Amino acid sequence: MDCTGLCEVLTQGGTDPGLAQFLSILLGVLLVVTVPLITVIFLIWIERKIAARIQDRLGPNRVGPFGLLQTFADLIKLLAKEDITPASADRLLYNAAPLLSLAAVALIWAVVPYTPYHVGADLDIGALYFVAVASLGTLAIMIAGWASNNKYALLGAFRVVALLVSYEIPLVFALLVPVMLAGSMSMVDIIHAQSGMWFIFMAPLAGVLFFISSQAETGRAPFDLIEAESELVAGFNIEYSGMKFGMFFAAEFLHVFTNGVLITILFLGGWYFPGWQMPLIAFMWLGLKAFIPYFISLWIRNTVPRLRIDQVMKFNWFFLVPLSIVNVLILAFLVMVLKEIGWVPVDETGAMALAQAGFIELLPMTIVLFISNVLICVPIVNRLRRMGVEQRAAREQLRTQRAMAAGD
Amino acid sequence: MIQFDFSTIAFFVFAVLTLGGALGVVTNRNLFRGTIWLMVSLFGVAGLYVLLSAPFLAAVQVLVYIGAIAILFTFAVMLTRSLTRLNVRYTRLWPSALGAVLLFAMLVIGVIWPVFGGNELYNQPISDVVRTTTDLGVALVSGEGYVLPFEVASILLTGAMIGAIVIARDADEEEMEQ
Repeated sequence: MDCTGLCEVLTQGGTDPGLAQFLSILLGVLLVVTVPLITVIFLIWIERKIAARIQDRLGPNRVGPFGLLQTFADLIKLLAKEDITPASADRLLYNAAPLLSLAAVALIWAVVPYTPYHVGADLDIGALYFVAVASLGTLAIMIAGWASNNKYALLGAFRVVALLVSYEIPLVFALLVPVMLAGSMSMVDIIHAQSGMWFIFMAPLAGVLFFISSQAETGRAPFDLIEAESELVAGFNIEYSGMKFGMFFAAEFLHVFTNGVLITILFLGGWYFPGWQMPLIAFMWLGLKAFIPYFISLWIRNTVPRLRIDQVMKFNWFFLVPLSIVNVLILAFLVMVLKEIGWVPVDETGAMALAQAGFIELLPMTIVLFISNVLICVPIVNRLRRMGVEQRAAREQLRTQRAMAAGD
Repeated sequence: MIQFDFSTIAFFVFAVLTLGGALGVVTNRNLFRGTIWLMVSLFGVAGLYVLLSAPFLAAVQVLVYIGAIAILFTFAVMLTRSLTRLNVRYTRLWPSALGAVLLFAMLVIGVIWPVFGGNELYNQPISDVVRTTTDLGVALVSGEGYVLPFEVASILLTGAMIGAIVIARDADEEEMEQ
């Protein structure tokens, strides 16, 4: 492992090289962990403000300027609350579940490239690492549901796990598209491949699929079966109180923004913006772009009603999964054809190299892929419209029959 | 002589996770906890893969074994809820215990003993080349690589999946007739 930056300074200052390396890595790890944890404090405020505006309210506005310090007040309240562990709960697992839940989200940030020069760990398998780590969140919910020793908690956990495991499939297939276009699973390589053209223009359908399934992964409306108050009281976290409950919620809030950041990296070009690659400004671009999917996610959350579990499952298995598979197949085929025609920039070895091409060189390829995506969408939208019309007609017929029966 | 650098410490941490988790699986009376210990053990193995320069395998280990198979285990355990509080002592499994001990002894003698024997062969790293995911992908689909086993495994898995669907569907129809 090389020794640069802080490590070099420490070594020259007389510190043992091994220790210096350890310290510099430790500092980096601390920074990577701190950024999301500080972000989440303000995300809660932002989310509550946006939700309030959508519902024609003011939102938190008492503690601090614009209610900015409201989250700190809530935090102190949660910490001061009595921390109850149910008598019949499995103590060890009950206490481990909230930690695991938050850790599963925080760990994703290890592979997030903040700027061109600052990345926690540029793993060769970044995208796969994200999927693997995110699957730990499912485990945390399962453990929480079981360890609480509560019927509602267990039922809630079953539903959530069924939801999360199912929606992981379209998520991974959508993730496959940027990986395929960049020819690498490393997050840094994926961003560099978008220097000329963002992947959202080449594969808008994959972007939308990723967004929908990540919305389901966070358990937000319209997929918020996790907390169905009318049926399950509160879902898997019903027995949790105080800061343990707070940790589940911090994990959820953070997960939504993390998904925004991931969509930015995978489809919106990460920190790329024409002419602006300074570290601090790049960091700002990443944050600003991440707010676009984040805001849309909140918008949907606050305006769409909850779906039933069977509707959610049907939507996934009969719509998202086949669509995502077809999308990957068609994209792979088209990229292969375009490569034979010579519209795809290649490097010396003949492999696809989008990172070396500019905007103009990528334009024909982008147009073909974009049109293919639109063509996939046309029959789907038509079919959905027909299904909607049929269902409305059936309901109308039922209503007339009932009216006639009542009239007799 | 063992050098105490950070990868050595990491190795011991992961080794303790793997063995401790495995011990938890066999000694726990609560099946659900046993499943969780199994996940700890599998996580330790994933860590060992990272130390062996196989990050892809490590990620797949976490994704498939912890994220999918172990979750299925927890589902199976929960569907048999009475099994989460076992009071029965299984004391008549001496033949299996003996078999396990013999197998372990064979492993110790065959694999671990020669390494301590000062054999020069074992002091050499097997390969300096760190294989990337691209190499793995090429090996899976190239004619000189593992394309045939890969395809056979795919067909086997597809067959298993169709079989599962057929079995599940028949049961459903019988229930409906009743």
